[in-house]
Formats: sequence, structure tokens, C-alpha cells
Amino acid sequence: MKHTAAPVTGTGESDAGQPVTVSRWSRTASGSTGVALVAVLVLAALPYFAGGPAEQPLITLLTFVAMASQWNLLAGFSGLTSFGQNAYLGLGAYALYLVAAHGVNPFAAIIPAALIAAVISLPVSALLLRLSGGYFAVATLVIAAVFQIAATLSPSVGGTTGVTVPGLAGYDPVLREALIYWATLAVAVISVAGVFWLVRRTFGLDARAVGSDPVAAASAGVRVGRIRRLAYLLAAGGAGAVGALIALQTLYVEPTTVFSIQYSVDMLFMVLIGGMGTIEGPVLGALVLFGLQETLSSYGAWYLVIVGGLAVAATLIASRGLWGFAADRFGWSLLPVGYRVRPPSG
Amino acid sequence: MTAPPPDPLLEVTGLDVFYGDFQALFGVWMSVAGGRATALVGANGAGKTTLLRTIAGAQPPAAGSVRYRGRDLTGVPPHRRISAGIALVPEGRRLFGSLTVEENIQVGAAAAASADWPLMRIYDVFPMLARRRGQRASTLSGGEQQAVAIARALAAAPTLLLLDEISLGLAPRVVGELYQTLTALRAEGATLLIVEQDLRRAMAECDDLVCLLEGRVALASPVPAVRREQVVAAYFGEGARPRSGGAPT
Amino acid sequence: MSWVNSVIQGLLLGGQYALIACGLSLAFGVMRIVNLAHGDLAVCGAYLGLVLSSALGVPVWVTLPLLLPAAFAAGVALQVALFGRALRGGVLAPVLVTFGLSVMIENLLQVAATSDPRGLAGGGLALASFRIGSQITVSWLFMTAFLTACAVLSGLQLLLSRTSWGRKVRATADDPDTARLVGIRVRPVFATVMGIAVATATLAGVFIGTIGTFDPYQGTNSLIFAFEAVVIGGIGSLWGTLAGGMALGVTQVVVGQVNQAYAVLAVHLLFLAVLAVRPNGLFAGHQAAREAGALG
Repeated sequence: MKHTAAPVTGTGESDAGQPVTVSRWSRTASGSTGVALVAVLVLAALPYFAGGPAEQPLITLLTFVAMASQWNLLAGFSGLTSFGQNAYLGLGAYALYLVAAHGVNPFAAIIPAALIAAVISLPVSALLLRLSGGYFAVATLVIAAVFQIAATLSPSVGGTTGVTVPGLAGYDPVLREALIYWATLAVAVISVAGVFWLVRRTFGLDARAVGSDPVAAASAGVRVGRIRRLAYLLAAGGAGAVGALIALQTLYVEPTTVFSIQYSVDMLFMVLIGGMGTIEGPVLGALVLFGLQETLSSYGAWYLVIVGGLAVAATLIASRGLWGFAADRFGWSLLPVGYRVRPPSG
Repeated sequence: MTAPPPDPLLEVTGLDVFYGDFQALFGVWMSVAGGRATALVGANGAGKTTLLRTIAGAQPPAAGSVRYRGRDLTGVPPHRRISAGIALVPEGRRLFGSLTVEENIQVGAAAAASADWPLMRIYDVFPMLARRRGQRASTLSGGEQQAVAIARALAAAPTLLLLDEISLGLAPRVVGELYQTLTALRAEGATLLIVEQDLRRAMAECDDLVCLLEGRVALASPVPAVRREQVVAAYFGEGARPRSGGAPT
Repeated sequence: MSWVNSVIQGLLLGGQYALIACGLSLAFGVMRIVNLAHGDLAVCGAYLGLVLSSALGVPVWVTLPLLLPAAFAAGVALQVALFGRALRGGVLAPVLVTFGLSVMIENLLQVAATSDPRGLAGGGLALASFRIGSQITVSWLFMTAFLTACAVLSGLQLLLSRTSWGRKVRATADDPDTARLVGIRVRPVFATVMGIAVATATLAGVFIGTIGTFDPYQGTNSLIFAFEAVVIGGIGSLWGTLAGGMALGVTQVVVGQVNQAYAVLAVHLLFLAVLAVRPNGLFAGHQAAREAGALG
């Protein structure tokens, strides 16, 4: 295979010596990014023309999108299968309470809550990242258990009973709902766009190398430890933000709900079904989970049996998920993270 | 062992082998007559290990076939090939480190073709292993590990023994001892296919020689009928381009 | 309760942890699979024991000759149908599949049995106890659980070190590719190992169900404790798993003596401490853990 010393995008030479164009975008991708921007603007304007009933389901959906994108960064791109992200979700919720209890406006408290979650993840990652694969996965469960127990044992955050988020009583309910909606939209957009931006940089290539073969990656000069720590840190901060949002929504922070392993199950499902290691996949997976939840909610535990079963089936049969399948089969790519080589025209 | 059959024991016809998108062997044709020792030479990456592994059943070919005693082995898994009489001493020895010397040898008999090579007989051939039978395989010296690897293959009572780079990293004296063992095996009727980096050793010890170059057969001849210079030319290819690693000595 | 009594209870409790952990350790050592559904399979065993013992009207021990072979068969089936394929799907696939399986099992149990806590009928054994001196009371059930764990571990150790099958298993654990090349049929090895893992998990589940109560969602906790016992004791060492289990048990009972609410937390903190200071565990060599791919 011939390589040129040319810059990464631009014109190179094919084996036949004809010029080829290497680019990061295609027309579809540029078009769809435009569409996505318009969609975000429409969503942002939604409270003005649609109001409450439309916001609630969208809040759920956008929360899913945020969680899925973050887990994808962790597991899909960096190979860190954490089933304990619910630890940071709960931590973010409690952090929001604590910050708001100190007089900070609860909406403004989302950012410090996310930062607290990220900071706490640093010493945790020093321990956890000594492990990999299945051992890492179970260790994340331990961490989540520890955080949950710590919360139940702390009277300052209400122990097993929990606490109410302060500072929200003064808001008009319609305004509060809209503010939560906008905050959720912001977190979702930042999650997706952030992962997209990050993955297009060298970090993305490094992370994928680490995810598929850490030893080979290390021997190629990739700073494996740094990549994994960064991915873990960002995912923890993201989960903290989502937890803070959940606290604002439910107004109440209590250990068994905010630390629920259900969040981890949801993340796993969305990313597997949607497509690990693609940007579009988690969004698609969030839509699927949302749809499933709406249609199957009356079936109780059967809903989860189906979710688990689909996750198993997806891993074994369609490991690239729905979007991955479409991307492989039809060449679709709305938010491309790779490179396209276009043959010379004519 | 009984006298080898007159037809070639092993016939490789038109073998194409891929690792993913990378093609390692291109239409390889080769035959090994029973009771003879064939040397398989070539630079690193020429496809020697791939060929041996395909014969042993570890690698399915994309095209072509391996015939053993006239029987097409396509689709036959490794354990049945061993029961039919083909055993491989893999590149790099690949001993089971947590098992003792004796256990490594015993495990080699898992799918043995016959009971012709019980432990005692193997220890007769490799007396130094008998002395270390209870020792963990990972604690042995290189030469001893190579002996264990050969012993492990012997335990399968093979008719065709495939050996991949047994002289790697070993002192010439040690290699000499190993080859003496192989000569003794040949005297009992075993057929050998040996991948050997040391061209001098290969031409001295073997009856036939096959040279691979970039996945193709560049030369196949009985040893007496070919000169060293011809082999070296085939090794490097016409219009010789120096290749990395493994220059013949 | 005196301190000595607590320590002894803890040591015996360690036997139960070792019993549930040994299957996890075996599956990982041979196949590099951390079966995240392992705890749920133990709980499944308890439920199945409940069904059988109620149907037959006998204490659950009597159902073991039926239960354990069925569990073995289930393990073989899982390996052949699911885990074998997962192994071929890459490094992450087994983790994802076993987690998905865990979700399925827990919720199927929920559907079938509701989330009411259950107990197993242990017959006379469940109630009896004996005394040593004036300070120490030992329940026969705890003692039986511990002795069973020792018996199972010894049995496994003997199987692995003395039999031809055991040699094949150890060889496959060292190098599955070369094992295939020397004629070991790796798929049946994997299947039998998983069968043993599920059978031991079921046995552990029966003890858990008799000593305490169980519900559909308990599997994850059992998994965590089993995992911690393996890591503390050292990856790749069966007897190390017993030591790890005993460390967990003693910590749990002794701390529980002081303040029950902190008992489980103390166990998790012990695990984290071992992970921080001696990540290879107390017994395994660094090489074993590295080779097992558990350390990143």
C-alpha cells in the first residue's frame, strides 16, 4: 500500500498514480450536521411553542442520549466496560444537593456537581484501572456498592431516607420544567458533540487502539494509562451531570433510586443496540430504549428480560449494533470520525 | 514402525492461506515422500510457519488442499489429524508453562495415533528429560524445553513429524544433539518436515529441500541435486533484494 | 457474643464465600471469562432447590443428586450456546453477554417467583448447633457449609492435578491455541469446566438459601463477594480463594459485631485496600495474574 508524506487531508496518490482526495466529511455528513444543528435549535425553542406535555418525554429521551454517549466513550471507544457508572450518577445527585444546600442556585449547581463527580473519579480510577476486562467490570460494581452504602450511612444526606433538593420551591412549575428541559438538552448536546469532537482528534484513534489491543497500542507509543484515565474521568463527570439533572427532576435524592443499577443496564443496552464505537449509534439506541420503555412499561419485569435478551443477541449477532450494521451495509455516516478516500472523478 | 508407503505421504496442492485480508501462501504445491526428511527454508515471513500450521489443521486454507496418505484433510480438525499421525512441534516451543515436563509429554498423547510411544520409550530417547520429569516446564533451559516440545509431539506416535525452527536460540552443540535424535527417529521410519533457518544444517541433515519466498515455492529439489548458490538465489529471489532477518548461514 | 466466637463464625462464613467463588475462579482461570451471571446462577440454584424440595416434600439436601447434575448440564448448555460464541466475539463480548444474561435471569426469576424473600428447608441440620467451651457456639449448618467448601476445593484440586482431564484443563488454561494443536479438544474442556462452575455455584446457592433468605436480585451481591474473595486470595489459586473468603467472612462478622450497618462496607473496603496494596492478592504470583489478563 502506498503512503504519501502529504498532510492528512488533501490530495494523495492512488496505487495507479492518479490523484485521490482524502477528506473527513462527505456531502451527507455536512448536510446532516446542518440538520442536526437545526434540530437542536428547534428543540431549544420547544418550550415556547409546545409546553409541558412535550417536554417530559423529551427530558427522558435526552437523558438517555447523554448517558448512552458517555458510556460509548467509555466502553465503545476505550474498551472500559463499566457497569458502575450509576456510582457517579448518584454521586452527582448528592453533590447537587450539597452544593444547593450551601445556597447555590440548583441549576447553576449542575456544573459543580459534575466536577465533583469527576474529581472523585480520579483516585477511584487509580485503583480500578489496574484491572481490565471482566475484572474491571465487577470492580466498578463494587465502587457503586461502596458509594451507595456510604450514602445510606451518612446522616448529613439523610441516610436511607434521603433528602429534598432545596431552592426549587420558589420556581413557577412551568418555568422549572422548562429550565430542567434546557439543562438536559444542553447536557445531551455537549455529551454527543463532545464525544464527537474528542474522537475525531488523536485521542479518538488512541482510545480505539487501547480499546482493541492495549498491548499493541502501548508498543505503538499510545499512552494507554492516560487515555483510559481521561475517558473514565470524562464519563464520570458526564454521569455526575446526568445525576444532577435527575435530582432536579425528581426533587428528591435517595440512595436506592439514584444509585440504581438500572442506569447501567440502560447504558449497556442503548450502546449495544445502537452501535458501539459510532457517534450516531448511542442516539439511535436511546430512541430504541425510549420506545421500548413506552410500549413495554406495563409488562413489568418482562420488559427487562427483553432488554437483557436483546443486549445478549446484539453482542453475539450484530456486534456493531443497528447503526453499525447500516454504516457497514449502506455506507451511511452522519457524524464521521474516520477518513474518506474518494477516487478521482472521470 | 512399518515401511513407509510408496506414494507421497503428504501432498500439498495449490494452497492459498489468508490471515484476514493478508495472503500468506499463494498456490503452494509440495509433496513429502514417506521416510524422508524435507527441509523447509525461506526468509522470515516467507510462509513456512503458516504452511506447517495449515498442514496441522490450525489454519483453514482458502483454496487448495492437504492430502495425507491420499486422504483430503480439508475440514479435519487438529485432533483428528494427530490421531491420523501428523504432529507439530510449534515455533517457539509453546510448552505449557505451569505443567511439569512429564505432564507436558502426557498431554501430547491426548489424541495419540497409537500407543507406540509410551513415556518410557520417550525417556529412552531423551534421558535428560527423565531426570527432570517432575520439574515445571517453564524452569528448563532452552535446549531442554525444545526437547520437551519434541517429546510432546512424539507422545502422539506420529508418522509425519512437523518441526518449526527447533534451532532458534540454541547453541550449536545442543542443536546437534537434537538432530541426532531426529536421525534416530528417521531410522525408525518417521517422516520429517523441518523448518530450518540454518541452511548448512538443513542441507546436511535432510534428503529434500523446499524453499519458500513470499508465500510461493521458489525451489523444490532433492538436496544432492541442488547447489548452495541456487538455494541462496531462491531464498532471496531473482534480482536479489536484501530481506530483513534470517539470512542463511 | 465473644470476639473468638465472631472470628470463628467469620472463618466458617468464609467457606461459603469460597464455595461460591471457586466456580468463578475456575471459569476465569481456564476460559478467561468473568461470568457476571455467576451469582444469579447460584440464586437460580436456590430457587430450583426450593421448587424440588417443595414438590418432593423433603429437605433440600435430598434434592442435591437431582439438582447438581441439572446445574452441570445447564453450565454445559450455556457454554455451548452462549459463552463459546461470546469468546469468539472479542475481548468485551463475554463481559457484555454475561451481564445481559444476569439481567435476564434476575428478571425471569422476578416474573416467576416475585420479589418475596424465600428460604430453603434445611431440615434438622438447619437448626442444630454445638458448643465448644463456654464461649463458642457453632451452627452445624455453618460447619457443614465450610466442610463442604473444603471438600469441593480439595476435589477440584485433585481433579486438576492428578487426572488426565485435569492436565488437559491446565494446559488449555495456559495456552488454548497450542492445546488445540497438540490434540486437546478445547470445546469439551470449556464445556465441562463451565458445568462444574455452575454446579458449584448451585451448591453454594443452596447453602445461602438455607442459611439466610434469597430473592431474585441477590445474585449481584453474591457475585461481588465471590469476586472479592478471588481477588483477595489471588487469581489462579483455589486455596487462595478459601483464604480470601475467610478474610471476607471474618471482616464481615467482626465489624458487624461492632456495628451491623458497617459490615458490608468494611468488606468492600478490605477488597479495595488489597487492590491498592497487593493487587495480585495474597497468594498468587504476579505472573499468574498477568497471564490471566486480569491486570490491565
